[in-house]
Amino acid sequence: MTSQSPVDYVLHTVEERGLKFVRLWFTDVLGSLKGFAITPAELEGALEEGMTFDGSAIDGYTRVQESDMIAVPDPNTFDIVPGRGDDSPVARMFCDIRHLSGEPFSGDPRHVLKRNLDRASAKGFTFFAGPEIEYFYFRSETEPIPLDNAGFFDLAHTGIANELRKRTILALEAMGIPVEYSFHENGPSQHEIDLRYSDALSMADNVQTFRTVVKQIANELGVHATFMPKPIAGAFGSGMHTHLSLFEEDVNAFHDPGDPHGLSKIGKGFVAGLLHHAREITAVTNQTVNSYKRLIEGYEAPTYICWARNNESALVRVPTPRRGKESSTRVEFRSPDPACNPYLAFSVMLAAGLAGIEEGYELAPEATNNIFEMSKDQREAQGIASLPQSLAEAVDVMEGSSLVAEALGEHVFDYFIRNKRAEWDSYKEQVTTWEVDRYLGSL
Amino acid sequence: MSDIAPTEPLAIFPDPPPPLLAQTLDLAGYPWKAVSNAAVAIQQEPVDGWAGAVISAEADPEAAFGICRALRKRDAPVDRVLLLITGSQLSELELREDLFDDFCLSPFHPQELEARLHHLFFRTGRTTGPEIVEYGALILNLETYQAAFGNVPLDLTYMEYELLKFLVTHPAKVFTREQLLSRVWGYEYYGGARTVDVHVRRLRAKLGEEHAGLIQTVRSVGYRFGQTRGAISR
Repeated sequence: MTSQSPVDYVLHTVEERGLKFVRLWFTDVLGSLKGFAITPAELEGALEEGMTFDGSAIDGYTRVQESDMIAVPDPNTFDIVPGRGDDSPVARMFCDIRHLSGEPFSGDPRHVLKRNLDRASAKGFTFFAGPEIEYFYFRSETEPIPLDNAGFFDLAHTGIANELRKRTILALEAMGIPVEYSFHENGPSQHEIDLRYSDALSMADNVQTFRTVVKQIANELGVHATFMPKPIAGAFGSGMHTHLSLFEEDVNAFHDPGDPHGLSKIGKGFVAGLLHHAREITAVTNQTVNSYKRLIEGYEAPTYICWARNNESALVRVPTPRRGKESSTRVEFRSPDPACNPYLAFSVMLAAGLAGIEEGYELAPEATNNIFEMSKDQREAQGIASLPQSLAEAVDVMEGSSLVAEALGEHVFDYFIRNKRAEWDSYKEQVTTWEVDRYLGSL
Repeated sequence: MSDIAPTEPLAIFPDPPPPLLAQTLDLAGYPWKAVSNAAVAIQQEPVDGWAGAVISAEADPEAAFGICRALRKRDAPVDRVLLLITGSQLSELELREDLFDDFCLSPFHPQELEARLHHLFFRTGRTTGPEIVEYGALILNLETYQAAFGNVPLDLTYMEYELLKFLVTHPAKVFTREQLLSRVWGYEYYGGARTVDVHVRRLRAKLGEEHAGLIQTVRSVGYRFGQTRGAISR
């Protein structure tokens, strides 16, 4: 009799709670959550052997001729999704995707992240991530009409938005996703929810759950939640600043009490790696045409490749930990947006940081405020590069990156580049309102 | 004694067993089979299950507790697990009460070992009801893995459940992160003690505002479950 406790736990709980369905969740290459539901009768077999499904139906998985794949649920991720009203609760598990032979499928983003985490763990590191996720509520999904025009920290007259956020946070906490802070952001109808750090795999799962919960609760109240990076021109965009740290056993590897900034050699190497490879990984952390409308000056989004301890426009921020809270030493990578695939985004951030540690990249001096006042030429003269200006540029830089190719694996790397080129080509064909306004009359 | 001895074998660790142990069991009429680790103990289990186990923690306590864990932490746990330990290992027993039924100090006296085994087998057949642990309104059914506040079920992941079970069954005691990691996650976990903080925070989130305080942070030490007085911080 072989017996694994998490499996027993899942089987018992489904029976005891009288659950009628268990949803199996996984993610396509571009970060959309996919899934299907199975009945309790299928559950034991699914946990043992996985469920066969048609991989050709999933973006970036397989072509038709080799389409059958297996989704193997991870019993450690089993959790109950709070029911809506009188609906009976439904459970969900994240799945690992395998070939029929049982081999892990290299196009599965969860597998990509696991592979990168294994590399870190072989060096004795556990990788933690804590994202701050911004998003908007709009009245519908066809037009970005805000629910209100309340400003930052303005709690008055926010009615439905407050109700939305309250319900969302309760649902997240009930699903074991602890929330650090939440407040009204700068943009109209924009909100931010910060998730308490966790190991990167759980966190990527959490981001997927988070986006689903936020959209579902908005939907229940008749509004639309969007993670589009820049829905309104002239307003703040939505980012996913991500706090990153490495631990060796229970010691924060980024902390050094002897350093004036409290940052260890490992921490500095990690930051240097993020900066060195920033241009190469941007296509992954900012993967839509629209992402680059956010990465412009004037809206606290990063544009130059530099780091600082306290500057809202630096690409990497190194917050000074409070005395006695040394284990919270971390670096904040500020370019990612919430439309990314979290598994792939965490993978490339980790790979860039590890490269900095392994290759011993030297960390450039902290950016001073005048960097942001310099002209482009002055910055270039000082060796301060800019992030890619468009999806096209980002994909070009990514294509030449052996670091990203290795981190994502050939399958995901090739598919991603093909898909994003096609997205750019489709965008290129458009004639925008801006062009009509600017040229139609005068030319 | 053989009137009470089982027909199925006992699992014995280590492999080969100390000669005196093998001899004592043979003389008392207990069939046995030596196992070298937890995986073997599971693979070689007879169809009707092990009659019990005598596990010596003397030479390799980590492997010994690993076997106990494999035999106990499952659907149909082995009922009669006897540990052989040295006097200096007594402290190892603390917080592992659920992994064994009785222990015997080693070097052991053959008659004492036999008497203890006899006593364990004498208790056979007495069925116990579902194992329920209660703390205030919090109820854990250890048999069905369900936790609830009164009638309201608490939806937990497996590790959250295991952590809560451990804390509820050891109330008012302070545990370091390392203790929790080794007792709840087991030795094989590599993630580091930071994992404990992450899970405690998740568990508090699920307990909800009203009950989150049941798990208290004891500054620069670790965690404690339950209501207590004194200097605590959350």
